[in-house]
Amino acid sequence: MKTMKEKHPLAIRWFHWVNFPVLTIMTWSGLLIYWANSHYTITLFGHTFYLFFPQGFYKALHIPFRLAEGMAWHFMFMWGFSLNGLLYVLYTWVSGEWRHLLPKRNSFREAWLVVLHDFHIRKGLPPQDKYNAAQRIAYTSIIVMGFGSLVTGLAIYKPVQFYWLTWLCGGYHLARIFHFALTIGYVLFFLVHIVQVFLAGWNNFRSVISGFEVIESPNIKSLTIPSNDEQPAEEKP
Amino acid sequence: MNNLPKKNPKQPLTVEQQIKRRNFISFTAFAGLSVAAYGGWSWLKKSPKETPGITGKAQAPFRRALNQSELAFRNFFSRNHLVKTYPKSGAAKKVRENSHVGMKEKIDVSLWNLSVMKRSGQVLLIGLDDIKALPRTEIVFDFKCVEGWDQVQYWAGVKLIDFMDHYRLNDEAAMAYLGLETPDEKYYVGIDMDSALHPQTILAYEMNDMPLTDGHGAPLRLIIPVKYGIKNLKRIGTMTFSNERPRDYWAERGYDYYSGL
Repeated sequence: MKTMKEKHPLAIRWFHWVNFPVLTIMTWSGLLIYWANSHYTITLFGHTFYLFFPQGFYKALHIPFRLAEGMAWHFMFMWGFSLNGLLYVLYTWVSGEWRHLLPKRNSFREAWLVVLHDFHIRKGLPPQDKYNAAQRIAYTSIIVMGFGSLVTGLAIYKPVQFYWLTWLCGGYHLARIFHFALTIGYVLFFLVHIVQVFLAGWNNFRSVISGFEVIESPNIKSLTIPSNDEQPAEEKP
Repeated sequence: MNNLPKKNPKQPLTVEQQIKRRNFISFTAFAGLSVAAYGGWSWLKKSPKETPGITGKAQAPFRRALNQSELAFRNFFSRNHLVKTYPKSGAAKKVRENSHVGMKEKIDVSLWNLSVMKRSGQVLLIGLDDIKALPRTEIVFDFKCVEGWDQVQYWAGVKLIDFMDHYRLNDEAAMAYLGLETPDEKYYVGIDMDSALHPQTILAYEMNDMPLTDGHGAPLRLIIPVKYGIKNLKRIGTMTFSNERPRDYWAERGYDYYSGL
């Protein structure tokens, strides 16, 4: 017996899929800008382990000598990135979706169990509703990171007019480093996200396009399965 | 017997049908929007360059976005927002020289004059000693390049606002833009008057307590901390005023005209 269970409201699916290409463009145009003074390294005890980024990487992506173009794209799509992010936060707040998204008191302990489970060290997951504890933490962190990119971005873009933001970021240099590090963070998030989506399978992936999941409930003769069990106040798209 | 075709009152869709239906609608919409987004992106990517003029080399939609962003952020500009200053001990001893555009020809500094084109058409020729006689201002601040580097530097000269006051350039100060060009006219910038009259904008003739070197724009250069380095023109030859944007070297090459910080 199959039933449909509403999962992602339409608005959230929009925000998600608008953000994906916009953030990709922001990352790419950011790289065009970063190239012009490419100088961040990972250095420990005087030994440089990694230079962001190797020449081959830039060449492969046709990055060099495109600073003006990078700035033009970055300062166009910054509006879309910020607007989409702000609307998302506003929506989750007003609709009550934040209840599924914000970590709960026990989330940090539970997230650890989720990670152990994902690495096949522990059997069984802690009970979860729409998102498990690790997801709550990840999906809240990514919004905090997005907000961080907006703030550090403004601190770099107008360090004189928004001097207090630059000060808040620990100065111009730190603001730039945070802005860069956050982007590296998105790339890492993306990689884990893709692996997880792949492992979670089709039903899960479909739900971020169609909005619902199909629940197979074997051996139940009754047809009166409540479609939204355990989820009071769920918004339908 | 009226054998009307059986018009079933709409049967509720089975779960299977509902799934199919919603999948179809969602995935069609998703595919359609993806194609549209891709189309929009490739249109933007291949969009025509702006007509070369005061600004150039940028694609038209991007130039529009740069100009709109300028308008949005100009609302936050204030002459009371001061650039952070540092103690002199924090200033770089070896000051970075990033460009020599407009300074290829040798000039005789003793024969140099700053030409100020007044609104009336009158031209003021002002020598370096006259400028040095005006109140001296120092600034140690973090000079920022559009490329991403920055350096704490120590400059001294006269505030542009003091200079304009002294030469009674009041009519000119009421105009929208200041234009500066090198004597060979190979490098030139346009600056909105708000930024030009910012109290930390100076006509600099000294760096690290020494007269400007050739490489840093002797005998007189602009130091404008509310702008990226590209606007800090070296070796000023002429000063003009206008209500339209004056020509600008880097804006002609795809960069934002405003380039304000």
